[in-house]
Amino acid sequence: MSGQPYRREGATGKTLRFRFDGRDYEGLEGDTLASALLANGVRAVASSIKLGRPRGVYAAGCEEPNALVQIEEPFPEPMLTATTVELYDGLVATGLPGQGRLADRPDPARYDAVHAHCDVLVVGAGPAGIAAAGVAARAGARVILADERPAPGGSLLGTTETLDGRPGHEWAAAEVAALEALPEVRVLRRTSVIGHYDDNYVIAVERRTNHLGAAAPAHVARERVWRIRAKRVVLATGGHERFVAFAGNDLPGVMLAGAARTYVNHYRVLPGRRAVVFTTNDSAYAAALDLADAGVEIAAIADVRQAPGETWAARCAERGIELLTGHVVTAALGEGEVSSVRVAPRGDGQAREIPADLLLVSGGWTPVVHLFSQAGGTLRYDEGLGAFVPGEIRQAVEAAGFARGVTTLRGCLEDGAQAGRRALAAAGFAVPSETSVPAAEEEPAAAPAEHLWLVEAPGDDDYGAHFVDLQRDVTVADVLRAVGAGLSSVEHVKRYTTAGTAHDQGKTSGLLTSAVVAHALGVDVGELGTTTFRAPYTPVSFAALAGRDRGHLHDPIRVTAMHEWHVAHGARFENVGQWKRPWYYPRPGEDMEAAVLRECRAAREDVAAMDASTLGKIDVVGPDAAVFLDRLYTNMMSTLKVGSIRYGVMCRADGMVFDDGTVIRLADDRFLVTTTTGNAAAVLDWMEEWLQTEWPDLRVSCTSVTEQWATVALVGPRSREVLARLAPGLAVDNDSFPFMTWREAEVAGIPARICRISFSGELAYEINVSSWYGLALWEAVMASGEVTPYGTETMHVLRAEKGYPIVGQDTDGTVTPQDLGMEWIVSKKKADFIGKRSFARADTSRPDRKQLVGLLPEDPGVLLPEGAHLVETSSLPEPPVPTLGFVTSSYRSAALGRTFALALVSRGRERIGERLYAPVGAELVPVTVTSHVLYDPEGARRDG
Amino acid sequence: MLLIPCPWCGPRDEAEFHYGGQAHIAYPDNPAALSDEEWARYLFFRDNPKGPFAERWSHTAGCRRWFNVVRDTATNEIHAVYRVGEPRPVTA
Amino acid sequence: MADSAAERRSPAAAYAARFEAASAGGGLRLAEIPFLTQVDLRVDPKSPAAERIGTAIGVPLPVEPGTVASGGDLEVLWLGPDEWLVLGPDGAAPDLVARIAEAAGGEHVSVVDVSAQRTTLAVAGERARDVLAHGCALDLHPRVFGPGRCAQTMLARANVILVAGEDDVRVLVRSSFAGYLAEWLLDASVEYVAGG
Repeated sequence: MSGQPYRREGATGKTLRFRFDGRDYEGLEGDTLASALLANGVRAVASSIKLGRPRGVYAAGCEEPNALVQIEEPFPEPMLTATTVELYDGLVATGLPGQGRLADRPDPARYDAVHAHCDVLVVGAGPAGIAAAGVAARAGARVILADERPAPGGSLLGTTETLDGRPGHEWAAAEVAALEALPEVRVLRRTSVIGHYDDNYVIAVERRTNHLGAAAPAHVARERVWRIRAKRVVLATGGHERFVAFAGNDLPGVMLAGAARTYVNHYRVLPGRRAVVFTTNDSAYAAALDLADAGVEIAAIADVRQAPGETWAARCAERGIELLTGHVVTAALGEGEVSSVRVAPRGDGQAREIPADLLLVSGGWTPVVHLFSQAGGTLRYDEGLGAFVPGEIRQAVEAAGFARGVTTLRGCLEDGAQAGRRALAAAGFAVPSETSVPAAEEEPAAAPAEHLWLVEAPGDDDYGAHFVDLQRDVTVADVLRAVGAGLSSVEHVKRYTTAGTAHDQGKTSGLLTSAVVAHALGVDVGELGTTTFRAPYTPVSFAALAGRDRGHLHDPIRVTAMHEWHVAHGARFENVGQWKRPWYYPRPGEDMEAAVLRECRAAREDVAAMDASTLGKIDVVGPDAAVFLDRLYTNMMSTLKVGSIRYGVMCRADGMVFDDGTVIRLADDRFLVTTTTGNAAAVLDWMEEWLQTEWPDLRVSCTSVTEQWATVALVGPRSREVLARLAPGLAVDNDSFPFMTWREAEVAGIPARICRISFSGELAYEINVSSWYGLALWEAVMASGEVTPYGTETMHVLRAEKGYPIVGQDTDGTVTPQDLGMEWIVSKKKADFIGKRSFARADTSRPDRKQLVGLLPEDPGVLLPEGAHLVETSSLPEPPVPTLGFVTSSYRSAALGRTFALALVSRGRERIGERLYAPVGAELVPVTVTSHVLYDPEGARRDG
Repeated sequence: MLLIPCPWCGPRDEAEFHYGGQAHIAYPDNPAALSDEEWARYLFFRDNPKGPFAERWSHTAGCRRWFNVVRDTATNEIHAVYRVGEPRPVTA
Repeated sequence: MADSAAERRSPAAAYAARFEAASAGGGLRLAEIPFLTQVDLRVDPKSPAAERIGTAIGVPLPVEPGTVASGGDLEVLWLGPDEWLVLGPDGAAPDLVARIAEAAGGEHVSVVDVSAQRTTLAVAGERARDVLAHGCALDLHPRVFGPGRCAQTMLARANVILVAGEDDVRVLVRSSFAGYLAEWLLDASVEYVAGG
């Protein structure tokens, strides 16, 4: 043990090697990085964020404000507390100056999430939590017991208390192991409950392999987010010790008394050799005595009270410990670490400097009410405790043990058991007639604490080294300045000083800050209240929150039945919603522009095909289907003949275009409606909404068949001859199979529904087959090699040349059919349809509305960026610049031999022939306004 | 994450539902007979109380039914759930 | 359609080998069950047509939410208060649609063949529910979601219909999402497969 000079004699365990700040050390299995550093006598672990002051280990758990470290190996992880990093062989870490560095390489570890359900969730496996879980679990309830530490026991881990005659931590381990053996019990170790939301939705993060370092198995998720829905929650979250504001209370060597006790008892480490203890309450005496019994010299105990509990005074006397009642520590002194402590009687009196390398502080204990508060509970100030405790809560939640202010071990066990009984009753289980708890030792009668927050400084002291928030370097001076500036709310002081906003979220300092504000304002801390508790309770890695939703699983990738062919043939893909759609199919040596021009030419001059399977498809069935569609679409659908197809536009009630597509009449009472790719689900929801909430009398049912069908669009003057060859049984001449009709036939031997519709202006067919046959159909179409596959970019160019708008690209929820130049699709005959009344509103008939027009850049080689604004003048006036509208679509056209664009322009149709300007970078690009239909305006090409 | 009791499927996570705004806003019988102001009130004006509020939800990831919920907008407490067409129940 | 000369391909066909490899340990078995018949039925459950349809297909339409009724080689899943999904073997759709349409007898009934709209992924073995719990917020405990139960819900980020068995759950997923969900299932299975 020579390498660990502060390790207690007799400590056993496997030796682990680690490196900190470039130096090699040894620790023991079971250590945290903090306990291992203390064992090696490392006092300054980190430095503070603003002032750069050295900082040492202050606490023994997640409340640690000082000892921020970065793990460097095996994988970089910033902003961890040394008190929660379990030591492993090969750990390499460095102390941080308040902030860390993100890894610059991808994290190879796996992360995941899981949902869990239980009757009772118990947070915290200390005495109260274990007692609660035990009662609930033994009655057969589904119980989850979560605790942030590797081992159960909570406060028992740091003390020498016994239960049923054996060490408390042994009882805890045995009891939890027994519970875990029950079939409906789940014990989550190393699991921090970080958020408590509505309806007992609780989020916890389990650290599963972090403590294994490089030995962590690659297939096991490193961290796991638990999404727990609990019928009832018992919060047995214990408490955090707080410190007192005095000069130099941040020096390495100053430590919370309970933490020191944990280091001595649990980690078998001496946090120093000679200690002064400064306390406002009895709890620090147990720490002082445990340290003394372990060989730390207790130079003196300064107690702010006139007397501690009698038993404690007697025990100090037995050990010859000097007890200075009515005293305070006015300063911790030393260069870089504590070398002496200045102690003075309260009020007047001579100060003494006592040499010491350790100063234990206890300003009392604060119940951990974070989750209770997050869950919507109110807090109330408890005078005896000098802290806020849980009050009322609407949710099925209760706090137990010290979390609600119960201070004795026996009391916590009994309180936990009672909470367990109530949870059982609430979850509908039979409550056992009696429940037993283990026997605890008699505890000394406690003397009341005296809540001292701030040690008054001599007149010339500016309180600049009286820290209230160690991690944010906030001092009493800062708080006084905030209050002096007129801030009287603790929330405002928090934001002004940043107190409580660090990564520890003020666990040890929040109440102290409030108390100092209250002191400065001359009010009661209970009156002033606390700042709001928000999730997460402890920091969480982004990787854990992402879980497996990253990379190719970040968002669903939807593909069509033909996808494998597109991949195999070199398609570049475009994301359309969640769909991956072929964008274009470059040939060797082709860039996008060349490929799209070639694909466009094939569609206009020869024959080309596109995978159109992503369009939404809905079967609308019922005797009232035609009436229903008449109400939904702006145009008339009831007059559509069986065998025919009609294009339609849907608006919202405000008259703005919502979606468009074709309506196919399959039978008198059966239609197939297509929607845009991105709106398939929204349109079905829209239909259901009207049917269920407004027109329940209509006998109509809507069923999504989007993926039932795969669709190939066959386009171009030669499409008819290709179809004729694929479907020898189908009469394809124009009279037998006219525009806007559909037929059923076998295509390439596959039963198909063929629709003669066109989104390009060319002769075109859409061939629909069961999606099981989608790939076979596509391969048959491509088999001869004469059909050019084309993607969405070409589709966009072709439709834009014809002035066909794309909902969501050329519209944005503020565009009416009339704005799009589609008055013809708004029925004048129908009494009503969704949106009709809005077309009579003053706003929709404003003459200056933006209207869809075409734009031709004067330089036919210039491609306008989509989104570019349009102005009237050839030079920009002083801002604000009045804009007439913007470009919605912009392409190079093979058919036009030039670039062109579509745009929404105020009074656009009146402006046809006018010159406008598009600011692009530093230039103003001149453009001429034209009709939005630029190709084949007379529609001569659709019949081939 | 609220736990919303779908009147058909039982309690499900909020993520399975779509919100539909204030309940009991009926589509006017004869929109053409309304003044611009009346029509605009139907289109754009909704209550925004602090406290119990009758609102519509649709169980989009489940049975796809629309239904009504009385939810306290301050506490998220759900006082009542009822089907479309049923009157708003009296709640505390 | 099953007798067409062209070749059918199921949405998760490309995953067959990876599913098989992931199933080697036995604690978990993944497989696609392709080409099953699925017919969506909408009818007023209180109408005489609903009763006639139940008789015609040999399975009364279940009216309790989230339940499955079965008979012969058919299963009927409750999807909504007026909506069911009838499951049957490959190739049964045309006959099933015809029988239902006939039983409707002129009343308003919507019957739509949706066999290719979704495919079926079987997740079986003692770890099946553990794997699904990674992406499904429902309580899948066998006491709550055991044989005879079904649910429409989310699995990962995909809408699914789950059909519970003893130690298996069938996942009916939209065809376009099948690849995503297969990848997700394989990823969620890694710990259970490699860990034994």
